[in-house]
Amino acid sequence: MIANQQVFQFVLHLADDSLILGHRLSEWCGHGPTIEQDIALTNLALDLVGQSRLYYQYAAEIEGKGRTEDDLAYLRDVIEFRNHLITELPRGDFAFTVLRQYLWCSFRTEFYQHLLTSSEIKLGELAAKCLKELQYHQRFSITWINRLGLGTKVSHEKMQTALDELWPYTFEFFQPTAAEEKLINASLIPDCRDIRKTWDQSCQSVLREASLVVPQEHWDFQGGKEGMHTEHLGYILAEMQFLQRTYPGLVW
Amino acid sequence: MELFEVFIRSRNGLHHKHVGSLHAPDHEVALENARDVYTRRNEGISIWVVRSKDILASNPSEQEALFEPARDKIYRHPTFYNLPDDVKNI
Repeated sequence: MIANQQVFQFVLHLADDSLILGHRLSEWCGHGPTIEQDIALTNLALDLVGQSRLYYQYAAEIEGKGRTEDDLAYLRDVIEFRNHLITELPRGDFAFTVLRQYLWCSFRTEFYQHLLTSSEIKLGELAAKCLKELQYHQRFSITWINRLGLGTKVSHEKMQTALDELWPYTFEFFQPTAAEEKLINASLIPDCRDIRKTWDQSCQSVLREASLVVPQEHWDFQGGKEGMHTEHLGYILAEMQFLQRTYPGLVW
Repeated sequence: MELFEVFIRSRNGLHHKHVGSLHAPDHEVALENARDVYTRRNEGISIWVVRSKDILASNPSEQEALFEPARDKIYRHPTFYNLPDDVKNI
């Protein structure tokens, strides 16, 4: 029970990551470059929103104060959200979207692999369920990174620009919060610092194959996991939470 | 982008069935697109994709020559056998 509050925050972080990235992907609905990609991106969005529901339900259960998954998704404000900053960045172009998907997804996949053996059984079970979907997301994004990276001059430039913009946000993946440190010490969650090397190697090799170069000098952004967000998150929440805020308790 | 034809096998023991077509730059993307477009409601366990231009289709104007001769040869149909109840999917 000692780590209950920390587990709650951590599960919220997983839920928020999936929800916000899922929402960003859903913005492609009706705007995909082709009908096939439109459907593909919407599928990924639905997977992620579905995953966030599992985590919100679990978070509500841990908290035990009668809040529901909907309360957690729709009635918290920016400062209470725990998602990585990379998930809330505007969707950008198709290159930006698939590259972000890859960077986040390859980290999340690696992280979930280690979470499978958590002493908190439920965390392992949920990770196993999400992994199957994320492995496809990864395959999908690598396919496109290759084709755009090695495609035309324009497609290559767009991928490289996306990488330059996104790379500084990957730093945050490997910075545990104080609350996470406690969970790591209790062997409830993997230490994200330990998976950095594996992630970095596989990432570099995927990018290299697509002839993309990781920027050498850059800022490192962080803060999302502790509620310090970019200005973009507020706009997402405004759109996503509008209905529940305006008509509290409204159901379909 | 090229046109691809998609074939899905809905479950083990059945054959692949043509379900539609889609656009993709190459086979690999076509397979992923097929997964996303044609199996999102749990329709399949196996996918084949093939470039539409690699399919040789019979010419509709040759229909009579190709298919008429088989029309009056009912003895070629296996309808004269009694099928055991246990045999499925024939």
